[in-house]
Amino acid sequence: MPISYYLALSAVLFGLGVIGFVFKRNIITIFMSIELMLNAVNLAFIAFARALGQLQGQVFVFFVIVVAAAEAAVGLAIVIVIARNRQSLNVERINLLKL
Amino acid sequence: MTPQLVIFLILAAITVAGAVSVILQREPIHSAISLITVMIALAGLFLLLESEFIAAVQIIVYAGAIMVLFVFVIMLLNAGAEERTNMSSMARYVGVPLAIFLLIELAYQVGAATSSMTAQPVAEGATRALSMLLFQDFVFPFELTSILILIAILGALVLAQRSEGAPAQRAQQ
Repeated sequence: MPISYYLALSAVLFGLGVIGFVFKRNIITIFMSIELMLNAVNLAFIAFARALGQLQGQVFVFFVIVVAAAEAAVGLAIVIVIARNRQSLNVERINLLKL
Repeated sequence: MTPQLVIFLILAAITVAGAVSVILQREPIHSAISLITVMIALAGLFLLLESEFIAAVQIIVYAGAIMVLFVFVIMLLNAGAEERTNMSSMARYVGVPLAIFLLIELAYQVGAATSSMTAQPVAEGATRALSMLLFQDFVFPFELTSILILIAILGALVLAQRSEGAPAQRAQQ
């Protein structure tokens, strides 16, 4: 079966992640949209690795997963601090740096 | 239709439905559970692409560890339903159709540009070859990621630790 099916699915997932990132108002859900985009990229990497018959793509996915884990840990710690200081998870209330 | 195509279509449908559900749910916990569904279906797709190791890592690290962290934080902060903010009419009538158009265009163009690519046969023992690659060619980045994770652990601890005097302030209020 053609690899382009996987890549089209990956593009759809990435687009849905972007839409979630732009439209959602809850900071945790925005984080989940970022994870969705990372997953879409992983799928594209694996599909290309399969199409080119090389394993480097899989190694890169491994590193992406590691970085996603580190990012989730630090990001969620920031979310906890924001929730503690502002008593809200709505990104429209987090506007301290806004002009 | 080959069996692979049928399995692909089922998994792709689950993945897209889960991703749409992540966006449409108002409760963060429902979004998180939808995202776990997406990740498990993606692990199935990785298996279909014959990358068993990454499929296992996907389930263990993503669905097992990262999403548990998300669910834990949602429960810890007692995050309720998302507040409805009145979306501007510009966003509703121009933004949403344009976003859907972007999705279709992106999927079509990526699919069309790579339609000539076909899957190469996978050699026997691909996981063994992957481990060789990881611990020989990429051993320096691999060790660097361990330092990255150490820094992330320390950063998360420092950020989330309750600052001095904060409980007293709350008691006074």
